Amino acid sequence: MVEARFKPGDRVKVRKAYPLGHIRTPFYIRGHSGVIERICGAFGNPEELAQQRSGEPKQPLYRVRFVQNEVWPAYKGNPEDVLEVEIFQHWLE
Amino acid sequence: MKDNGSYQPYSYFQLMEVSLRELLVEKGIVTETQVAEEVAAMRMRTPAIGAKVVARAWVDDSYKQKLLENGSRACEELGIEVAALKLVVVENTPSTHNVVVCTLCSCYPRMLLGIPPEWYKSRSYRSRTVSEPRAVLAEFGLRIDENMKIRVHDSTADMRYLVLPMRPAGTDGWNEERLAAVVTRDCMIGVAVPKSS
Repeated sequence: MVEARFKPGDRVKVRKAYPLGHIRTPFYIRGHSGVIERICGAFGNPEELAQQRSGEPKQPLYRVRFVQNEVWPAYKGNPEDVLEVEIFQHWLE
Repeated sequence: MKDNGSYQPYSYFQLMEVSLRELLVEKGIVTETQVAEEVAAMRMRTPAIGAKVVARAWVDDSYKQKLLENGSRACEELGIEVAALKLVVVENTPSTHNVVVCTLCSCYPRMLLGIPPEWYKSRSYRSRTVSEPRAVLAEFGLRIDENMKIRVHDSTADMRYLVLPMRPAGTDGWNEERLAAVVTRDCMIGVAVPKSS
């Protein structure tokens, strides 16, 4: 199991990368910054599991909170509206 | 496929499903009985299970705290098996409304709500809920006040989400069974709120 590098409240940025494969990091959130909402635990890496490999070592999974206004330039709503997305540690920096 | 008595060819996905199932049976990996039992078990799960959890949280504050802290364990306490998945319960309050979506596919808390509705899997719901939640909710007939905050939860990996709605006014003294009856599937996804009448 890979050790958790972030803790709740830490500011993180999602990697802006476009590799091929089964990736659970949505395109729309790549390159955006947010704050760790919670650590969900460690889970098999889906990019490995999809290739019939073991998924080991398990990767820490986080819920990251983004401010809607920062994600969507034309966002309409309360400036405090947020979007929370599960992101694996190897996608965060 | 509509069965109107006339021959209709299988669609691509139906053909793939039948081929895969027959191969698995032929190779002795699963039996036809196991497949039939699993389908039956899947159809047995309905939003009534989730509604029972919500109603318990409404009447028992210590249960509600447990549910918010560790959703999977709190469900097991009521005899609901949540398997290896982790359940995150998010609470609606007078200042915050929660809504759940899976932009990548159709992740859904099936153990609590059963089979997801078609619209939950639609491209439109999946793409628009993250970028314009207020407009999407309004199309469901739910207008969220400008002063209220919206939290959208994109279920992208191993977590599953259940919205804990607010207990509606006018339900004082109701027992759990009566309360559970007002908790619809849509309330637990976050595209509706429960009403007492």
